[in-house]
Amino acid sequence: MEFFVDENDRVDGVDKVTGKAKYFAEYQLPGLTYGVLVTSTITKGKITTIDTKLAKSAPGVLDVLSHLNKPVAAGYEQAGGSPMKIFYTDQVFFNGQPIALVVADTFERATYAATLVKVNYEKEAFNTDFENSIKDAKAKKLQGQPPYIRGVADAYKTAEVKIEQIYTMPVETHNPMELHGIIADWCANDQVTVYAKTQGVKAAQAAIANVFKIPQENIQVNSEFVGGGFGMALKTWPIEIATVMASKHLKKPVKLVVTRDQMFTMVGNRPAAYQKVGLGATKDGKITGITHTAFGQTATYENFTEGVVNMTKFMYDSENVNTNYYVVPLDMSVPIWMRGPGEATGAFALESAIDEMAHALDMDPLDFRMKNDPEIDPAKKIPFSSKNIKEAYKLGSAKIGWSNRKNKPGSIVDGAWQIGYGVSIGVFNASRGRASVKGILKADGTLVLQSATSDIGPGTGTGMGLIASRLLNIPTNKITFELGDSSLPPAPSQGGSATLSTVGTAVNDVCVSLKSTIAELAANSNMDATSNFVDVLKKNNLPMIEVTKQSQSNQQGKDYSMYSFSIHFVQVKVHQLTGVVKVSKIVSVGDSGKIVSPKTARSQMIGGAVGGIGMALTEEALLDNRYGRYVNNNFADYHVPVHADVPEIDVIFIDKPDFIVNPMGAKGMGEIALIGFAGAVANAVFNATGKRIRSLPITPDKVLEG
Amino acid sequence: MSEIDNNQSGDTRRDFLKKTSLFTALSLTPLTVLKAADNKVDERFAELFEKIPLNLKVNNKPYVLKVEPRVTLLDLLREQLHLTGTKKGCDHGQCGACTVHVDGERVNSCLSLAVMNEGKSITTIEGLAKGDELHPMQAAFIKHDGFQCGYCTPGQIMSGIACIREGHANSKEEIREYMSGNICRCGAYPNIVDAIQEVKEKGATI
Repeated sequence: MEFFVDENDRVDGVDKVTGKAKYFAEYQLPGLTYGVLVTSTITKGKITTIDTKLAKSAPGVLDVLSHLNKPVAAGYEQAGGSPMKIFYTDQVFFNGQPIALVVADTFERATYAATLVKVNYEKEAFNTDFENSIKDAKAKKLQGQPPYIRGVADAYKTAEVKIEQIYTMPVETHNPMELHGIIADWCANDQVTVYAKTQGVKAAQAAIANVFKIPQENIQVNSEFVGGGFGMALKTWPIEIATVMASKHLKKPVKLVVTRDQMFTMVGNRPAAYQKVGLGATKDGKITGITHTAFGQTATYENFTEGVVNMTKFMYDSENVNTNYYVVPLDMSVPIWMRGPGEATGAFALESAIDEMAHALDMDPLDFRMKNDPEIDPAKKIPFSSKNIKEAYKLGSAKIGWSNRKNKPGSIVDGAWQIGYGVSIGVFNASRGRASVKGILKADGTLVLQSATSDIGPGTGTGMGLIASRLLNIPTNKITFELGDSSLPPAPSQGGSATLSTVGTAVNDVCVSLKSTIAELAANSNMDATSNFVDVLKKNNLPMIEVTKQSQSNQQGKDYSMYSFSIHFVQVKVHQLTGVVKVSKIVSVGDSGKIVSPKTARSQMIGGAVGGIGMALTEEALLDNRYGRYVNNNFADYHVPVHADVPEIDVIFIDKPDFIVNPMGAKGMGEIALIGFAGAVANAVFNATGKRIRSLPITPDKVLEG
Repeated sequence: MSEIDNNQSGDTRRDFLKKTSLFTALSLTPLTVLKAADNKVDERFAELFEKIPLNLKVNNKPYVLKVEPRVTLLDLLREQLHLTGTKKGCDHGQCGACTVHVDGERVNSCLSLAVMNEGKSITTIEGLAKGDELHPMQAAFIKHDGFQCGYCTPGQIMSGIACIREGHANSKEEIREYMSGNICRCGAYPNIVDAIQEVKEKGATI
């Protein structure tokens, strides 16, 4: 049957709307057993005893794994160090740390038995208080990234007009809808098959090989459908290793699916941040100095840093810029990149400060941005491969109705609501990496493309199919893109908005090569050069031809600065009595080169804006510092945006190819869709009310207090 | 509730079975019972005592089952009937990923114990299409790209159909309100609303 109404529809759409799409937990293996985790109830200290007797004698229980009976993992034999070696330590580093795994024949039996495990601890004093820990940062000699300086440090202090403010945000959690976990099946001769939720099947394969010291070829990682990741599935977490250990130990397939509350402590988060921005300008609106100092949160047992201060170095034309970035180790679980990662954190602070300066100068924030928009990358002193910011400002401001905005805050009132407009810019690296793709062109008119990349939702297969379809003139429904399988040609993990550029380039190269092979075959068999490949293959008695190509990271990095950009315009309504903020209009403009897959690209921009609403208004993982535990670790209390929070969203693409970045002229979009959005909302709230909220999320209490 | 869940004393289920009179009713001497328990023979009895007969229909197919009373409808569908289109997102009725229709009404299957559905008719995402012909809501989700990762999608679709049937799809605002129990972390909300609105406006009987 013909499902394709439109070549831009998702290639896996039918699987996803019929329930046929199989996510990791949905593979039925004979003799499958179920793992349930026991987690620490203290925040720091040592496990003194684990009593598993009751649990082990409970019905259906096969065994209880912990550091007491640590199953053999050769890579963990060396004590200490990073990453955390699950079941190879009696140390507790954070509250909710997995310390035992109960395996039983049914999920219910494992869940019950896990409640029977009794653990005793030797408690130690702990620290989970982020903001308090910053106060004596210098004395603590915090780690971080090397300081950056251009021109004079802290030049803003002597500027004609200056602002100096502190911006904070709490821990956010990725919380994809699919719970994390894995199915591990350790078979004879150390052959391992896992069904994983991962953004990188090759990375997962390498991680498992590394822990168990077996060849990578012995490990098959399957991850065809991934129910969202947003960064949390960029790492093979200790709980996945624990499940592989259990399968090896029990010689049975073991499935682990964590609970929603465990998603807050076991699979990373976006770290809390404390940022100080100093901005100086002349009275006529030329920026003369930017100082950006950021503190992020990390764990005591593993380190995590990200690019919080990156964009400050080049987004605005200023002779003097200096940045510092430090991380504060806390007795909490280790963070990991979350969509837009550090750049989204940094953009909130920088773009709020830019808006504050525009207000201080009594300038329209758009005019102020335009005036300080650099022609070339001011940090690297090289041109941008492409940058259409001014056009993006123009298109977006027209669409949202920026001319309705009043520069004086609190000017527009509609009944109980105050209305305001805000803008912010987002930027993310657009260089590409290395990936391999195999293409098999068949005489039945179909093309199969294979690469060990992933699709966590952006529509990887759809985009790759469209690239190939245009190059080879094959309808997309005759093209299959196989991914999520570690035995396919290697590709990097899906992250950092790089998949389309990196894997797409290899798809491009494969198609170009197949095309030239067909042309050669046509010439050799006296056929017209434009002959259909099916006819050419048949004439040559070839059932198929195949080729594998590896794309390389682009070498133009020394000549061009390569970034994707986004401009977010929002209109907000703020309720004067309750302080409730509603985002009422959104226009997001993407300047990310040629748009390969318009439908999925639009969805990605919409999704970023929705994530941005959460970051701006609702998301906050609240920790009780007395106990080191999250108090809102569920979807009822940790508020991600729901239908009612999200208005219609207009997406505009500049859609101009950037062939310096790759042959498709396309740049990544996953991160820019979100980066900057929270700043636009904060700026709009200020424009609506005159209240500058520098602490995310912008909840009603802050609006009323502000 | 089963004896297990009410067992506050710290006794294990096996201890409980050792004490229980059910064994006596089967004319076993206490000594035999103890031995049976130690050899895990009690688990065979557990099969008898701890599982409850359940008759229900899923996607018009009748099932005659025996399930533990603590098994949720969601886990029954996914783990025992292998109907994995219905998703587990939170297990607490907070996300809507597990939405199914029970006798035509939308229900969070994670909050419904399987045994509460005796005699009822369940429809899951797998039961919507007629052979190769997609349900209009499924087709509209594809057309409007009402998803990215696809994990919340079955719940959104089941909920969207119910939303129209309930008469709660008369405007975008109303759809947003009555669909707010279904979370989509990829943020496909505007596309989902468009899909539901289109199905509603086309007026087909769903």
